[in-house]
Amino acid sequence: MTKLDSKIPEGPLAEKWTNFKAHQNLVNPANKRKIDIIVVGTGLAGGSAAASLSELGFNVKVFCIQDSPRRAHSIAAQGGINAAKNYPNDGDSVYRLFYDTVKGGDYRAREANVYRLAEVSNNIIDQCVAQGVPFAREYGGMLDNRSFGGALVSRTFYARGQTGQQLLLGAYGALSKEIKKGSVKMYTRREMMDVVLKDGKARGILVRNLVTGKLERYGAHAVLLASGGYGNVFFLSTNAMNSNASAAWKAYKRGAFFGHPSFVQIHPTCIPVHGNYQSKLTLMSESLRNDGRIWVPKKKEDAQKIQKGELSPVNIPEEDRDYYLERRYPAFGNLVPRDVASRAAKERCDEGYGVGNTGLAVYLDFKDAINRLGKSVIEARYGNLFQMYDKIVDENPYETPMMIYPAIHYTMGGIWVDYELQSTIPGLFVGGEANFSDHGANRLGASALMQGLSDGYFVLPYTMQNYLADQINVPHLDTDSPEFEKSEKYVQGNLDKLLAIKGSKTVDSFHRKVGLIMWDYVGMGRSKEGLEKAIEDLKSLRKDFWSNVNIPGDNTGMNVELEKAVRVSDFIELGELMARDALSRNESCGGHFREEYQTEEGEAMRDDENFMFVSAWEYKGVDEEPVLHKEPLNYENIEVKQRNYKTA
Amino acid sequence: MDLKLKIWRQADANAEGKFVTYPVHNISQDASFLEMLDVLNEELVTNGKEPVAFDHDCREGICGMCSLFINGRPHGPDDSVTTCQLHMRKFKDGETVVIEPWRAKPFPVIKDLKVDRSPFDEIIRSGGYVSVNTGGVPDANTIPINKENADLAMDAAACIGCGACVAACKNASAMLFVSAKVSQLALLPQGKVEAKRRVESMVAKMDDLGFGNCTNTYACEAECPKDISVANIARMNREFLCAKVT
Ligand SMILES: Cc1cc2nc3c(=O)[nH]c(=O)nc-3n(C[C@H](O)[C@H](O)[C@H](O)COP(=O)(O)OP(=O)(O)OC[C@H]3O[C@@H](n4cnc5c(N)ncnc54)[C@H](O)[C@@H]3O)c2cc1C
Ligand code: FES
Repeated sequence: MTKLDSKIPEGPLAEKWTNFKAHQNLVNPANKRKIDIIVVGTGLAGGSAAASLSELGFNVKVFCIQDSPRRAHSIAAQGGINAAKNYPNDGDSVYRLFYDTVKGGDYRAREANVYRLAEVSNNIIDQCVAQGVPFAREYGGMLDNRSFGGALVSRTFYARGQTGQQLLLGAYGALSKEIKKGSVKMYTRREMMDVVLKDGKARGILVRNLVTGKLERYGAHAVLLASGGYGNVFFLSTNAMNSNASAAWKAYKRGAFFGHPSFVQIHPTCIPVHGNYQSKLTLMSESLRNDGRIWVPKKKEDAQKIQKGELSPVNIPEEDRDYYLERRYPAFGNLVPRDVASRAAKERCDEGYGVGNTGLAVYLDFKDAINRLGKSVIEARYGNLFQMYDKIVDENPYETPMMIYPAIHYTMGGIWVDYELQSTIPGLFVGGEANFSDHGANRLGASALMQGLSDGYFVLPYTMQNYLADQINVPHLDTDSPEFEKSEKYVQGNLDKLLAIKGSKTVDSFHRKVGLIMWDYVGMGRSKEGLEKAIEDLKSLRKDFWSNVNIPGDNTGMNVELEKAVRVSDFIELGELMARDALSRNESCGGHFREEYQTEEGEAMRDDENFMFVSAWEYKGVDEEPVLHKEPLNYENIEVKQRNYKTA
Repeated sequence: MDLKLKIWRQADANAEGKFVTYPVHNISQDASFLEMLDVLNEELVTNGKEPVAFDHDCREGICGMCSLFINGRPHGPDDSVTTCQLHMRKFKDGETVVIEPWRAKPFPVIKDLKVDRSPFDEIIRSGGYVSVNTGGVPDANTIPINKENADLAMDAAACIGCGACVAACKNASAMLFVSAKVSQLALLPQGKVEAKRRVESMVAKMDDLGFGNCTNTYACEAECPKDISVANIARMNREFLCAKVT
């Protein structure tokens, strides 16, 4: 326990961040030029951090897997970004955003971090508008807001259904500006394979050039990981295909603790699974729950007829529809937080009321909204989402209700970081979805974009400087040094081993198998038996993988199967850690639902007495059990309550 | 459904490429085009052969990573979608499908169906942004923007940078791409300050990188998966002329 120092500044909650900035160490402008920083990832967190650090005068090297920094997974975010502007005058404030986020996270996040996030949220909107991000506006020319789950105010800013795209293009613009200036050097189609440490500090990375297949060495005074989340451990998820756990996993193996690995978010509104060839799931933005009403048939017979294709939902009369969220949670209705909405959908489907040919779907119906507001208003709000649905499902959602089902979407867990976003490896900082972050056991909608940009624009440029202030006399790390030699040998050895297996099974077939194990046992409902089984199954899958995977080709030039194999081998190991974490947490909280721990009404039952802590896991070796460290959570500014979305 | 695929294979940038024919069987109508290619690759890998390399990431039509020239059209036969959103129900059982990479001089092939689109990044670097640093900016609502302009700016900003416009154009012109960014920023007060410098340097960069001229055939607009309008090209031309006379 002694190893975890959260470094929360002294003083009252609302003054902590101001105090930190007032007393932190700074690097003088002439010295900044002597300092190199590596940033892995160009999503909202990495892109904004790299640009801001470069503006301050540091030399920044940035890496991403895609062919352009503009294509990071953040681009796919649809719904919006929160901020406590209170423009609609509906009672919002920094405190309320902070409160909603801590409550939404089921009291498993650090108060001080969340408060800072709420505090800088307003600066983010100002910054993005100054960059020319075309947020939605009202006729008077002012910015428009919408509501998202888990909040009673409208605080979500949006750019049609493409908010992530527009925010990322803003950050990409800032990054492009700095690349042109010459203080950012951009390396695309590169994958980080290892963190290189010297004297216990992160001093560089080893990278695989995905075009040439060559390993490359880069040194720096500090490394920032902003490599995104690991939802793809479930194979089917809403994440982009290249999203992976590997950068974070390599850091974990080098000594960075992993926080809350089992906390993943299952998003309630995704297009249901439709075939075994399927490669990913498509999200239908949560913003749809502003106007759509969720229901299933009241009668099981109706559900069965729908499943067989004998009945159409439009022919089910109002009195035979069960708007189960409105029924169970009158105060929040269709806008309950994601974990609650997902579980409620699963509950109805498990009871046999599900729709679609698999019975694993519920309806999201816009009929009332279209009647009330007119089709054109709905089209203006969600047109691109409706089009996307139509293209995929081949059904017109203006006429027939959409079918949705929960899917893996986001990972609250990630590398453990202190208040300064530094991991347990000095000099290794982690931002965005890759850190265990501010969302506790469940993230509220539109808060990931906020956190990524908060970390990148407004937190890391300060906290990294605080660390770098005493590194100015540290010489550049020579890439011929033994530390790099050792790392390269290790990475090369691993690649050679993979290529030499030449078994009979494809990488994807293994990825599917990890995904199934995770979904069945470490997904929406978890139990002791299931988790123990998952650990055993993953262990044997790991053996199978290392004996039977087949990767055609070699290590010269581009080899997509090899790229995937490295990522899948990490997913298999990570899956085991997730299962262990879930098994160790004998309570239900947020997205972590242990079937043994629920109320009579089927709501999650927390155990604050025994589990009000952050789980941070320390790696001990592939076949060794990892060690659990606990960071106690103290709530001094919020009264800890059972979450209640039934009454306001 | 069963299909015959004629796919461009090329080992790397310097190798000579050629078409190779592959049959695929039992493809679901509901599968996406890329899922159909996944099925082919799974089969190739199972038989110890090298899978077909193609770019993709979000598979939601937003990252701009996927490309593919399918039966002579960028992003294939459906309108207003990217290849990753194209579904097999748009094809007929037994059909022969020809799959090529983008063909444009500024976008050389890296491997099979993957091309190098970094010239787009270079164009943006030459000025496709508002030069503000982090911090010290005014409150967001101090800049009222009329909704119509904000909406038009958003229409232009919807460009995903996939390069279909260049691939569709017989001159390999990047006018639609460049004009989308120029328009977005020209329509907003934040972009006005640097408007002249921006349009001049972006156009110059585009020419430098070997993109061709626009001869107003509008194939770019017809093939754009995001329906970016050629009205942006007209707006950019106006901006460019203004910049020259002032
Ligand atoms: C479909 C969808 C919709 C969403 N909608 C919303 C929303 O409306 N509001 C909201 O707040 N949140 C939303 N989210 C969540 C949010 O988009 C993400 O959490 C957030 O964008 C993550 O940003 P990031 O910068 O941390 O990482 P990412 O954007 O995932 O970027 C990761 C970067 O790291 C790079 N990288 C990864 N591994 C390596 C490696 N080994 N080597 C080199 N580079 C590497 C990648 O190339 C990429 O550049 C949504 C998510 C999804 C999937
Ligand atoms: S894969 Fe992202 S647009 Fe097609």
